Amino acid sequence: MAHHTITVTINGETEIVTVPSHMTLLEMLREELALTGTKNGCASGECGACTVMMNGAPVNSCLVLAVETDGAEIMTVEGLAHDHTLDPLQEAFVESGAVQCGFCTPGMLISSKSLLMRNPNPTDHDIREALVGNLCRCTGYVRIVDGVRQAAKLVASDTK
Amino acid sequence: MKPAPFEYHAPATVEQALELLATHGYDAKILAGGQSLIPTMNFRLAQPAILIDMNNIPALRYIEPTPAGGVRIGAMTRYQTAERSPLIAERAPLVAEALPHIAHPQIRTRGTMGGAIAHADPAAELPAVCVALGARFKLRRGTQERWIAAEDFFVGLFTTLLEPDELLLEIELPPLPARSAWAFTEVARRHGDYALVGVAAGITLDDAGNCADVRLSFLSVGDRAVLAHNAIAALKGHPPTAETIAHAAAIAAADDIAPNADIHASVDYRRHLAKTLAQRALTQAAERASAG
Ligand SMILES: Cc1cc2nc3c(=O)[nH]c(=O)nc-3n(C[C@H](O)[C@H](O)[C@H](O)COP(=O)(O)OP(=O)(O)OC[C@H]3O[C@@H](n4cnc5c(N)ncnc54)[C@H](O)[C@@H]3O)c2cc1C
Ligand code: FES
Ligand code: FES
Repeated sequence: MAHHTITVTINGETEIVTVPSHMTLLEMLREELALTGTKNGCASGECGACTVMMNGAPVNSCLVLAVETDGAEIMTVEGLAHDHTLDPLQEAFVESGAVQCGFCTPGMLISSKSLLMRNPNPTDHDIREALVGNLCRCTGYVRIVDGVRQAAKLVASDTK
Repeated sequence: MKPAPFEYHAPATVEQALELLATHGYDAKILAGGQSLIPTMNFRLAQPAILIDMNNIPALRYIEPTPAGGVRIGAMTRYQTAERSPLIAERAPLVAEALPHIAHPQIRTRGTMGGAIAHADPAAELPAVCVALGARFKLRRGTQERWIAAEDFFVGLFTTLLEPDELLLEIELPPLPARSAWAFTEVARRHGDYALVGVAAGITLDDAGNCADVRLSFLSVGDRAVLAHNAIAALKGHPPTAETIAHAAAIAAADDIAPNADIHASVDYRRHLAKTLAQRALTQAAERASAG
């Protein structure tokens, strides 16, 4: 079984990890690095629970091999809050009731974060398009869309 | 739900990749975006002994104008890059219109233009779009290069003319004729799902306002992307009116396609969708052609 040593930046920290070639990024995050915020829902790209950012864009970590991330920058849900302060998206999710069981939440947050980084002032349509690859079995989506909209407003008023 | 072990290679050049393929041939698989291959490996439907990762070959990532007025797209160009490319928007508006229909944002971040063509899913958008546009593909095996027209390249369910030790290197889209316009539409259960039926249409008008040329292709109506020869012949030479378009769409649904039934749609429903969507796409293309 072939192993590879890779250097990957995760939430701003450089990690040197030795992984077997058949390990997915999802498995590396959860099993090797104990970053269990990222969830495994389907392992087939359908649900988005495993969404992380790779070089600034959202990917399903179940469909990327760990070896493919050599030299890449990864951001997981654990990278959103800083110094005990939640990201505006996390705050807005809490306030709008966008979280029920919470299984989809890490993926929802990362997809929303990627959207807001690219488009700080999205329409509801933009928000729904950005979240189309993230399934939620609890909330009915309305409050999640509310949360993203509210976060965009929060950020806009903070930077005024 | 984990891939079986395999040997992993990440060549930095096309030549190295081809050498690896020549040595390992049938035991090896190319890894492009991985968005079709990795799910099948996660469920062990595919268990390649050797994986050749193309993601470290920057020379296969480009979108460039051709001198003739078309576009060349390197096989490892990601959907997301193509989706945001001004050159594709300008010279291949049909591709730009179809791309957002492919899967979800996460999958479009990784998935590649070449991967979609090599994978040859009959429900995929890009093969049908390439067939409609009359694209051609550059393949290479060892030092032998060949060009294959899109319509000849797809030969069956997930099956193409690619040999096991051959690489797809480039998609070349021809220049668009003057007074031509295009339209893409599909029906899917949810946005981002594979379409039940999809249609790509193109119309070129002559000075008298008749259809000098017509292009019409379908996805999800059989074992591969289908060019609707009978419908095209029926509309060519005629003005694109509501009647001629309805007639051509009916011919397409009846004679050009052989859809299958599955849990998502019956044969009759797929034919109905094919007719309705062809009518819409041809009408939109005709309107755009007369407006432009
Ligand atoms: C949940 C989900 C939904 C999806 N929905 C859609 C959809 O609506 N429409 C759609 O079109 N697709 C859809 N896809 C598939 C997606 O578009 C894939 O990205 C695409 O089919 C394959 O591209 P890839 O770059 O990921 O290729 P890979 O998965 O890496 O490879 C696919 C196959 O092609 C071969 N291959 C790849 N590149 C080359 C090359 N250059 N030369 C020779 N062989 C090569 C590989 O060996 C492999 O057999 C979906 C996928 C998922 C997981
Ligand atoms: S676990 Fe990756 S998309 Fe569902
Ligand atoms: S909150 Fe339970 S799946 Fe979304």
